[in-house]
Amino acid sequence: MLHQIFVDPFLQMADMPDFLLQVIWEGFVAGVLYALIALGFVLIFKASGVFNFAQGIMVVFAGLTLVGLHEAGVPAYLALALAISVMALLAIAVERFVMRPLVNQPDIILLMSTIGMTYFLIGLGEFVFGGEPKKMITRELGLPTGSTEIEIGEQGLVILQHIDIAAAVIAIIMVSALALFFNKTRIGRALRAVADDHQAAQSVGISLNQIWAIVWFAAGIVALATGIMWGARSDVSFALEIVALKALPVLILGGFTSIPGAIVGGLIIGIGEKIGEIYWGPLVGGGIESWLAYMIALIFLLFRPQGLFGERIIERV
Amino acid sequence: MNRHVDPRQALPQPDGIATGEVLLDVRNVSLRFGGVKAITDISFDIRKGEIRAIIGPNGAGKTSMLNVINGFYTPQEGSIVFRGKERKKIAPYEAAASGIARTFQNVALFKGMSTLDNIMAGRTLAMHRNFFWQLIYYGPALREEIANRRKVEEIIDFLEIQHIRKVPVGRLPYGLQKRVELGRALAAEPALLLLDEPMAGMNLEEKEDMSRFILDVNSQFGTTIALIEHDMGVVMDISDRVVVLDYGRKIGDGTPEEVKSSQEVIDAYLGVSH
Amino acid sequence: MFYREAGQFKTSYEADQQVFPILQDRIGVAIILGVAIFIVPFVANDFFLSAIAIPFLILALATIGLNVLTGYAGQLSLGTGGFMGVGAYACYKLTTLFPDVSIVVHILLSGFAAAAVGMVFGLPSLRIKGLYLAVTTLAAQFFLEWCFIRIPWLYNYNASGAIEVPGRQILGTMVTGASAGSVPRYFTVLAIVILLTVLVKNLLRGRIGRQWMMIRDMDIAAELMGVRPLYAKLSAFAVSSYLCGVAGAMFVFFYLGAAEPSAFSITLSFQILFMAILGGLGSLVGCFFGAAFIWALPIILRAGPPMIGIPIAAETAFHITSMIIGALIVTFLILEPHGLARLWQIGKEKLRVWPFPYA
Repeated sequence: MLHQIFVDPFLQMADMPDFLLQVIWEGFVAGVLYALIALGFVLIFKASGVFNFAQGIMVVFAGLTLVGLHEAGVPAYLALALAISVMALLAIAVERFVMRPLVNQPDIILLMSTIGMTYFLIGLGEFVFGGEPKKMITRELGLPTGSTEIEIGEQGLVILQHIDIAAAVIAIIMVSALALFFNKTRIGRALRAVADDHQAAQSVGISLNQIWAIVWFAAGIVALATGIMWGARSDVSFALEIVALKALPVLILGGFTSIPGAIVGGLIIGIGEKIGEIYWGPLVGGGIESWLAYMIALIFLLFRPQGLFGERIIERV
Repeated sequence: MNRHVDPRQALPQPDGIATGEVLLDVRNVSLRFGGVKAITDISFDIRKGEIRAIIGPNGAGKTSMLNVINGFYTPQEGSIVFRGKERKKIAPYEAAASGIARTFQNVALFKGMSTLDNIMAGRTLAMHRNFFWQLIYYGPALREEIANRRKVEEIIDFLEIQHIRKVPVGRLPYGLQKRVELGRALAAEPALLLLDEPMAGMNLEEKEDMSRFILDVNSQFGTTIALIEHDMGVVMDISDRVVVLDYGRKIGDGTPEEVKSSQEVIDAYLGVSH
Repeated sequence: MFYREAGQFKTSYEADQQVFPILQDRIGVAIILGVAIFIVPFVANDFFLSAIAIPFLILALATIGLNVLTGYAGQLSLGTGGFMGVGAYACYKLTTLFPDVSIVVHILLSGFAAAAVGMVFGLPSLRIKGLYLAVTTLAAQFFLEWCFIRIPWLYNYNASGAIEVPGRQILGTMVTGASAGSVPRYFTVLAIVILLTVLVKNLLRGRIGRQWMMIRDMDIAAELMGVRPLYAKLSAFAVSSYLCGVAGAMFVFFYLGAAEPSAFSITLSFQILFMAILGGLGSLVGCFFGAAFIWALPIILRAGPPMIGIPIAAETAFHITSMIIGALIVTFLILEPHGLARLWQIGKEKLRVWPFPYA
């Protein structure tokens, strides 16, 4: 029994290194997508202290809007532009109708309001675009679709989907762009000021409302990109929402306020759960992917409640 | 209830400090957060029946000291002797069970509960009926509830807050909240009562009321009190002995008069070029 | 004018501490109970009892369960569906293992299985707080769902993977299974819900309930008053999960009749959470308001528009429901974070001083 748990899986890994690499690659790509969702989340949490449960649904909603518009006959790039404007409208609406009236409420109320938003967006998305899963317009957007096979050793073979590579590249570009935006622009500086202290930022003339709308818009763009990448791998449907919840364990690992944390956490969860599923899953009947990430996060929490990159919490009275 | 000993009437000792049984003894306590030293090698004692003030500039480690005494922080070095028992590490609820109650610098009431429930909350340790009696809320559980309610009503009368008995504390003005918090701490019938800035943010009238309550608690219930306060007038008036902290170190200890005339204390408060 | 407490003096603490100190409230509750027991089952048709009254009562109990944990003890849970499932599967196993024991006993015992599981997943609450805890309960939700699918022993190795409720009798009347009438089922559910609601109310107004609220409002101060966080939090998890477990068992045995693991998905968790928020966190009567509202809304939306001549597809009604509920949640959080229960209370306060605006 112990042998099965602690030895066999590693023997299997050593036995077929190409398969292991393939599993790690799959996990890496899933991890990039988790990291992207977590990233949108961190943006909002940093700037407004809101635990945005709806980030996952924004991914689906953005993807659905894009595909739905294209199905309605709008050319792909115009649909993309329109989808971006929809996300901008959503950001303004969220700021105006949810964030502004709820300012200074306890965290738990803000979280629950985003759960309410989640339901609203699900209903709206399905009402407008229908509930059935849709195909992402990968080719129409000019994204690569083929795959490359890399030979390893004598018989080993690792298959890399081009779209996955594109996803990783786009993720890197987006993170760098965000980092530049945060560190080099006037709005970025204002964002960091708001993240640090709302009242102090207001007192030097920064408009909280404007900043929040911008942050939600940025999170919306990240959501759209994630939706495209994810939709290209599977279909665009609200089933994605369950997968998107995996961003929560990612955040626990990485800390709620750290962008590098979101990335590292996403990769750990992505790769960890794939390896766990493939090598340890069969021992208990498989399907452990649905909860493994949460358990990893849970165990991690017990030892390091502040996350990988968070600061140590000292309680005061 | 403890027999009340008035240190003011005890015989002077050679070191000039009044006698009385030592209730709490802080021995060489040091507390660090990472590299930051909050408290460095502090020793002092609190005697039964006295009002002991802890003063010092902001960031001197006063609140940290209280947190160490009631187990919220565990010091890296040193120990605390309370009622003759020495301890290094103690959980806050154990400290409460051993007879230490306190109030907080920023009012820490249970905002969603009424005044009555808040003070009843202070009786937590006096109530023992188990889960199944609680479920039926009849017989022993009900009798226990009512017996404790009677005690709580006595405290409500003592603090003159009958009219706000059933008002949620979140709706009360600040001064009354402070008073309810004192009531909640008193409800535990503590041997040692720690008050963290009981008069912060109060106007003159409210301060006078609060001073009166503190003196009454001390003389009527015989409760030993340790308080942190910034208002020197109040401290000098109501306390028996004063300990002065600065940058986590003890720089003075004695009667108000002694402390007032200590050069080191004057320097800490007025600032001096070294 | 009729809702006045003037002249109702309390001369003992006992009288002051009863659940309904005001005479008119006592009369009101007696009327509601009277209608529920003596009128509803004899007037209402089968559809109303089976599709509205029974699930409403069961979900109200589940909402009370969640409210104990979230509204009273301040620990947010997203795993209600999972805990309800534990109750349902435990009850199913109990009925197969001990077919001769009364179904009511099984229902009440199955809650203990849920309580045990709830306590295990409540353990992390000792180290982590608030939003982090939400993730812990999500772990419970997904792990439990997985168990319901992957552990065939739980559903007696059925080929379908679902649990089928066997027929059981109380005093010679069928109360579960296909041949059970809606009236006996209604009475069984009503009796259990009333009993548990009264017991929970007792807990909440005594020492244990106060400790939960202390932890909720200011955990550090609570600890310094002598509350042991371990006992307070775990007891909240246990009581909450017990109630959810009983509700889950009843949900399958008296309402669904058969259930697949997907019946206890995260959707159910959210549904219960919405009932608790809309009804009002920290209020027992709110649980009934919230459950009634959220359960009835889709039914009304589906049945209402065709009645006034607007045809509406079932799916469209479903989407609109989702939107309305989402929007309502946000609206309530903004306008009245204490939910319908608070509106009810404000209404009563206004009624007390009517026709004057102030007392």
